[in-house]
Amino acid sequence: MEDKLVLGGHEFTSRFILGSGKYNLNLIKAAVEQGGAQIITLALRRANTKQSESILDFIPEGVTLLPNTSGARNAEEAVRIARLSRAMGCGDFVKVEIMHDAKYLLPDNYETVRATEILAKEGFVVLPYMYPDLNVARDLQNAGAAAVMPLAAPIGSNKGLATKEFIQILIDEIDLPVIVDAGIGRPSQACEAMEMGAAAIMANTAIATAGDVPAMAGAFRQAIEAGRTAYVTGMGRVLTRGGSASDPLTGFLR
Amino acid sequence: MNEENQVYFIDSDALPPEVLKRKHRLEQDPSFRTDHMAYLQGMEVIESDVKDKVIAAMNAYDYDSYTAEDVKRALSHETCSIEDFKALLSPAAAPFLEEMARKAEEETRKHFGNTVYLFTPLYIANYCQNYCVYCGFNCYNNIHRKKLTPEEIDHEMKVIADSGMEEILMLTGESRKYSDIHYIGEAVKTARKYFRNIGIEIYPVNTDEYRYLHECGVDYVTVFQETYDSDKYETLHLLGHKRVWPYRFDAQERALRAGMRGAGFSALLGLSDFRKDALASALHVYYLNRKYPHAELSLSCPRLRPIVNNDKINPRDVGEKELCQVLCAYRIFLPYVGITVSSRESAQFRNGITKICATKVSAGVSTGIGDHEAKYEGKEETEAGDEQFEINDGRSFETMYQDLEEGGLQPVLNDYIYV
Repeated sequence: MEDKLVLGGHEFTSRFILGSGKYNLNLIKAAVEQGGAQIITLALRRANTKQSESILDFIPEGVTLLPNTSGARNAEEAVRIARLSRAMGCGDFVKVEIMHDAKYLLPDNYETVRATEILAKEGFVVLPYMYPDLNVARDLQNAGAAAVMPLAAPIGSNKGLATKEFIQILIDEIDLPVIVDAGIGRPSQACEAMEMGAAAIMANTAIATAGDVPAMAGAFRQAIEAGRTAYVTGMGRVLTRGGSASDPLTGFLR
Repeated sequence: MNEENQVYFIDSDALPPEVLKRKHRLEQDPSFRTDHMAYLQGMEVIESDVKDKVIAAMNAYDYDSYTAEDVKRALSHETCSIEDFKALLSPAAAPFLEEMARKAEEETRKHFGNTVYLFTPLYIANYCQNYCVYCGFNCYNNIHRKKLTPEEIDHEMKVIADSGMEEILMLTGESRKYSDIHYIGEAVKTARKYFRNIGIEIYPVNTDEYRYLHECGVDYVTVFQETYDSDKYETLHLLGHKRVWPYRFDAQERALRAGMRGAGFSALLGLSDFRKDALASALHVYYLNRKYPHAELSLSCPRLRPIVNNDKINPRDVGEKELCQVLCAYRIFLPYVGITVSSRESAQFRNGITKICATKVSAGVSTGIGDHEAKYEGKEETEAGDEQFEINDGRSFETMYQDLEEGGLQPVLNDYIYV
């Protein structure tokens, strides 16, 4: 059976969601191709331009747009941006990003739940960016989210799985796809998240700041595929430090 | 007379004798000047501890006490503390400029990638009731005054928008009489027809007035404190409401309380001790960020420039190396804030600094009134109002755009949505 990522009834064979910020627009096409990405995020506030070179012109056909609501400071603003995005022809997908913090760009979970509920009812495929909190993830699921997108570390920090334990809890407890977003700095970290059972990886800065953007997108693709295969196959036995005891603990049983 | 200020004082033959006498007395006799720490009638006072924190830190800052070891330690830290920042601003950091630039560049790329935002300023009036000795608009300077009519504003904006620009910073001289709040508000409404992103740099106003301007379409407010040293400030801002130092300090906080999305800050480097002013500017941002974490804050770094009728004004001890050091220190201490470098600086400096830490530059700049068509399209304009200061980098929008791209950067015209 083919291994597919399903978001709001839409099927994808790639598990790599590529960001489009922080790098030259003319690299997007090559990055999408080498990364094998089928979904690309775009900040609506960046697309909201009269610029002859709109970011939309650089996104190859057949790729699903995932507009985000960055710039929104509360649920009402996120809802307005999402509706504007749909009206601009960017489709039904929306990544809810609500930040009340300009320094770390940490998501406001409370407002995110509120916006998710409103937008899901309006028929959006809602992918909320969130801080990995189990109770909030449940609320998002109940609110109609198509996936949850917990952060691994602050945006742009390239610090990797700083919230690993909590993301694992979401993977274990939430029925929705868990897409690890933000803070993934290296392909090996993306691979690790996939080995844990993440459904997909969203990355931007790690690729945008690489010497060769398309080549790094390709490296992420390989890492994500490797991690996914490892997860689906079932990870082998991992020995704890010092190995296992030689005498069987159950030797007393007759 | 304060000899240090001598370079600023220029008389005009056009001033009547009694006015000239008053001007000289303001310049020479401190007791003739009003209390610069006392609010004038109608100026809103807000409860805030930010001012005290910033000034206490600035006063205690002894930059000569920092050593190369302090600088090395600061550069090795993953997050830059206030103490680290003080070391990076100190003379001891000068030999580490390249290392600072490397670290600053890394932080800039993490937070902004390779994007650089473009904007242009539009001066709509140059009437001013203040006597700030270094400024071309000062009320005693004999310049051609002008205030654009609504039709002229519309026309200027159209010319600018046709060049491709999407972000505008609207400026006035500081005259509540000639450029009142409703005049500015109406200009902002016109700007919404042509631009995606509107900022203002006008005289400081009360919270309710900022709220009105926000409703008209403004989301970013820039106010330069000029110098955080209030004693020095007093000797440079001799007359007018701008003389009131604390009211100006609280302007950004009032703007944020009024619902504005962001605010810009700066000292005018070269007026006073630039290291102390740089420290205070950054701490002003730092403490407001802690209090208003959602606000998008930015720093500028203007240096003194020559003005109409006085070409002697210069940035004194703030050379390009010092400016670069200040900007790198800003970036390392406040990696998330925008840094704007204006056309006061040369093309060469701006090309270099955008690769390190600047995230916003102006282009197609005129600091005069009503002369964009003349400047952009080569048409004759004899009725234009005189300029606030002489710019250095006269590159057009198109040239700037190309130069940024050639430098491996990505020019961005808008990253904003009015909601």
